[in-house]
Amino acid sequence: MTDLATMRDTALARIEEAGDAAALEALRVEFLGKQGSISALMKTLGKMSPEERQSEAPKIQALRTDVADALAARKDAIDGAALEARLATETLDLTLPAPHAPRGSVHPVSQVMDELAEIFADLGFSVATGPEIEDDWHNFTALNMAETHPARAMHDTFYFPDVDSEGRRMLLRTHTSPVQIRSMVQQGAPIRIIAPGRVYRSDSDATHTPMFHQVEGLVIDKGIHLGHLKWTLETFLKAFFERDDIVLRLRPSYFPFTEPSVEVDVGWQDVGGRRVLGGDGDAPGHGWMELLGSGMVNARVIEFAGLDPKEWQGFAFGVGVDRLAMLKYGMDDLRAFFDGDQRWLDHYGFSPFDQPTLSAGVGAKA
Amino acid sequence: MKFSLEWLKYFLDTEASAADIAAALNRIGHEVEGIEDPAERLAGFRVAKVLTAAPHPDADKLQVLSVDTGDGNPLQVVCGAPNARAGMKGVLGLPGAVVPANGMELRKSAIRGVESNGMMCSVRELELGDEHDGIIELPDDAPVGTSFAEYHDASPVFDVAITPNRPDCMGVYGIARDLAAAGVGTFKPIEIPAIEAAYPCAVEIRTDDPEGCPAFYGRTIRGVSNGSSPEWMQRRLIAAGQRPISAIVDITNYVMLAFGRPAHAYDLAKLTGAVVARRATNGEQVEALNEKTYTLDETMTVIADDAGVHDVAGIMGGEHSGVTEATTDVLLEIAYFDPERIGVTGRKLGLASDARTRFERGVDPAFLDDGLALLTSLIQRICGGEASEVVRAGQPPVEPKLVAFDPALTRDLGGIDVAEDEQRRILTALEFGVGSDWQVTCPPRRHDIEGPADLVEEVVRIHGLDNVASVALPRADGVAKPTATPLQQTERKVRRAAAARGLNEAVTWSFLPAAEAEHFGDGAQLWALDNPISEDMKVMRPSLLPGLVMAARRNANRGADASRLFEIGRRYFRAADGSSDEKPTLGFVLAGERTPRGWANGKAQGFDAYDAKAEVTALLEAAGAPVANLMVMGEAGEQFHPGQSATLRLGPKTVLARFGALHPNTLKALDIDGPVVAGEIFLDAIPAKRGGGGFARAAYAPPALQAITRDFAFLVPAGLAAGDLVKAVRGADKKSIVDARVFDVFAGQGVPEGKKSVAVEVILQPGDKTFTDEEIKAISDSIVASAAKQGAELRG
Repeated sequence: MTDLATMRDTALARIEEAGDAAALEALRVEFLGKQGSISALMKTLGKMSPEERQSEAPKIQALRTDVADALAARKDAIDGAALEARLATETLDLTLPAPHAPRGSVHPVSQVMDELAEIFADLGFSVATGPEIEDDWHNFTALNMAETHPARAMHDTFYFPDVDSEGRRMLLRTHTSPVQIRSMVQQGAPIRIIAPGRVYRSDSDATHTPMFHQVEGLVIDKGIHLGHLKWTLETFLKAFFERDDIVLRLRPSYFPFTEPSVEVDVGWQDVGGRRVLGGDGDAPGHGWMELLGSGMVNARVIEFAGLDPKEWQGFAFGVGVDRLAMLKYGMDDLRAFFDGDQRWLDHYGFSPFDQPTLSAGVGAKA
Repeated sequence: MKFSLEWLKYFLDTEASAADIAAALNRIGHEVEGIEDPAERLAGFRVAKVLTAAPHPDADKLQVLSVDTGDGNPLQVVCGAPNARAGMKGVLGLPGAVVPANGMELRKSAIRGVESNGMMCSVRELELGDEHDGIIELPDDAPVGTSFAEYHDASPVFDVAITPNRPDCMGVYGIARDLAAAGVGTFKPIEIPAIEAAYPCAVEIRTDDPEGCPAFYGRTIRGVSNGSSPEWMQRRLIAAGQRPISAIVDITNYVMLAFGRPAHAYDLAKLTGAVVARRATNGEQVEALNEKTYTLDETMTVIADDAGVHDVAGIMGGEHSGVTEATTDVLLEIAYFDPERIGVTGRKLGLASDARTRFERGVDPAFLDDGLALLTSLIQRICGGEASEVVRAGQPPVEPKLVAFDPALTRDLGGIDVAEDEQRRILTALEFGVGSDWQVTCPPRRHDIEGPADLVEEVVRIHGLDNVASVALPRADGVAKPTATPLQQTERKVRRAAAARGLNEAVTWSFLPAAEAEHFGDGAQLWALDNPISEDMKVMRPSLLPGLVMAARRNANRGADASRLFEIGRRYFRAADGSSDEKPTLGFVLAGERTPRGWANGKAQGFDAYDAKAEVTALLEAAGAPVANLMVMGEAGEQFHPGQSATLRLGPKTVLARFGALHPNTLKALDIDGPVVAGEIFLDAIPAKRGGGGFARAAYAPPALQAITRDFAFLVPAGLAAGDLVKAVRGADKKSIVDARVFDVFAGQGVPEGKKSVAVEVILQPGDKTFTDEEIKAISDSIVASAAKQGAELRG
């Protein structure tokens, strides 16, 4: 029996010493292969008497198991060491930069227009559009600015030499207000729309560009009055700037297409040299800034749009989209909006995932 | 319009401060753009007396004065004015004071070695007038030591923006009336002086153009002496920004600024024959008071005599017959001109004036006689002379407008409850006649009142617009309904998809330089502005690409490695009826380095047409276009590289997008280094999704059996488009072949001349049971056969 014990000790010692997978495989063949020494022992069992077999079999089986286990354990150790050695050669310098992935962005004008659409959708307004190359009837006449109206001359209009099939002079719309007329003509009343878009004035200096963006608002219904206008503007501005302390000051003014006409100032306060909307403009260190033009839609405009002013009345307002963007997000140069400067777009552009939602707040925090 | 508080108080009895008056003006619709307080500007200037005057030891033209400022310590002041002399009183600016005319701060200094402790000032230095011949001389009773601002009774000046509907407030008098109605003081109606006519007017006055000039009143005044106007008048005019000229001119300006009533005075000696309002003849000329000559036409109303035109009616008088200091006899004209005609004439001539501003908005048609009496009385007081009787040609339209008003409308339209008594009080204070039945008679000066809504505005603005309370708009039940149109949704999706793919959204001008626009115009008749702001902004863009490429160029010039810009906007074309056809489009440009040089890939890599294809495809997919069904075809346009560009079409005619590398000629025209790749997606061409727009997706039915892959290597003619081969392969067995993909394209060694090797991986999806070897062979055979029709042979 000492034979088996010796065989076991010798085998385990040799397995332990095996230096690589090939040596280990040679040992496996030597011990457990078809011609192997332990396999040979197994074969002796068949020639034994039952009694002998009963006493020898477990010992031989145990020897076989021990050797097999030792081979497996040694194989794991050798493989592990080999893997470790291989991995050691595969080291990457992860301080090196990863492949470059450009970061895209959404222009502030688009972002703000999306914000406006979201806010006004909640108030039941849809978004309307109209042509930017307009005729003078929609841009002026139907808005109660007859050919000789002095207000026409104040619009710094870009004209085309062309007339349309009805002989109307073609021009670049000077405001989004013609969309009021088109929407009323197409949809009738009641109606609640906003109409954002490009508008044009032949004016260019530090604070004016020949192209800019406006949003028009229009509500025509029964029993709509100035109080509704004030509420709508307050509600919109509070939602847009996400501040509850927005204070409006309404001043009488004049637009040919509204009567009464209302200029709307918003209170601001000085925060670190920047005018931030909010608070009463009359408070110390505060002031008022002119932000919106608005009023009750002139009965003649409602008539021009084919509705009966005895039945329908409502309000309209207009505000600069670029201006809203500047006030909210802090840009100070309008001209940069239209330059496509990569640096500016990287700085002021928005992530594609800043899709305005009411639940997350329509604004995108810095 | 500018006016001083002192002038306002001449018509308004009030103790209100300038700040309170400004606030009230804002409240009632006259926006105050600024208040200037001359007392601040004149701080540090005092009434002073020159005690002694001695020659400067080192300068002939200078004197050394000893000046008493009232505190008992006379100051030594060096002065160069010829009229400086002992005993006179003047204005001394002390060190620290800032000279209004030039912003210079006075300092104690040495002039040619003599100490000077201030400056004796001229009229011009204090911006009180133009005179600069010497220092101001004050009367003997001027109290030495008083601040000059106080002595001068310097009054704050308001700068107010009068809206174009309120010409009645383009005079201080009208503003006073509005303020009084709003409770700021008591209106002081002027008394119209009675003029004693000494003789009949010898000049014949007519209006031969009753349409353009419905009324022309006039009179002569003989024996005037036209010196300078009195100090009180000059002060008011200067505060209003009007330079004093001569007494008679100043008086007409004064009446215009006080009452919003322009008038004109002619030098009678320079007129011959009847003075007539008539139409000009075509080509007739007049030299106006601004010394420019204007050529007139027959739509313009003028005032003329036998010799020619003396006045562009209601806009500007003529140089020839204007009054001068030598004038002794004048003809006064006060007329009513048709506002529209004045506006048209003014625009045609490009001639602006204070008179035109008022006439084209509409002056008070009931103020001709009163205005003439005021003018006459002022001239007689200041210049003397004898007035003739008044000659009246024609009649102004003074018929008052009647408006049937319902005071309930103030609540219904204005959203505010104002008691009927208060509404009546407000309208009456504004000189509307209010009948017991609320029939409202409008003063003829209020051309802006068209109907009841205008009266609501009057009531609300005087009562206080800011008192209107917010009232919530009625709200539909439940959660707000979606409002975006399909096109709006598409635009939003592609915008954010493009940004997510690494593109930066830009907004570029809608107008382009003509050459750049035409390069992209494909011969279309583009919209070109009549009055562009510059030649670089003249033609409406037919493509978004030039603007984006120019932005990329600017970025490159600023040192940017790459520009990946996109824009969603309109391209401008013409519809058949001459109206505008504006096509919503997404354009993008990839310029510069796609990959900067780096440790992993070595040299920087530029963009190629496949980068453009990747964007176009991804964005079309985001827009919901059936990308798998699109055909890649040519004719991207001559702006693109002919061999590296394509269109994507839904059917042979509907072009959804074009893309590719830009043509070298385009790069040259836009002055940018290539390669630059670009694309445009025609958003309006993308078909709306079919189906009812429900939310549920088609049932999920993954195939039960696994797909198998077979590779085919074909030799094809070098010119065959890979897409055509793939299409043929896919078409071989539409049921089993679910996908086919090119995984290798090779030409050169081992491939015959004029051929290329294209390897295609085909995915076969079994249905109910696995394919048998025979089935697979049959499919393979039909693939090879189908490819053969494209000239492809299986590689051995």
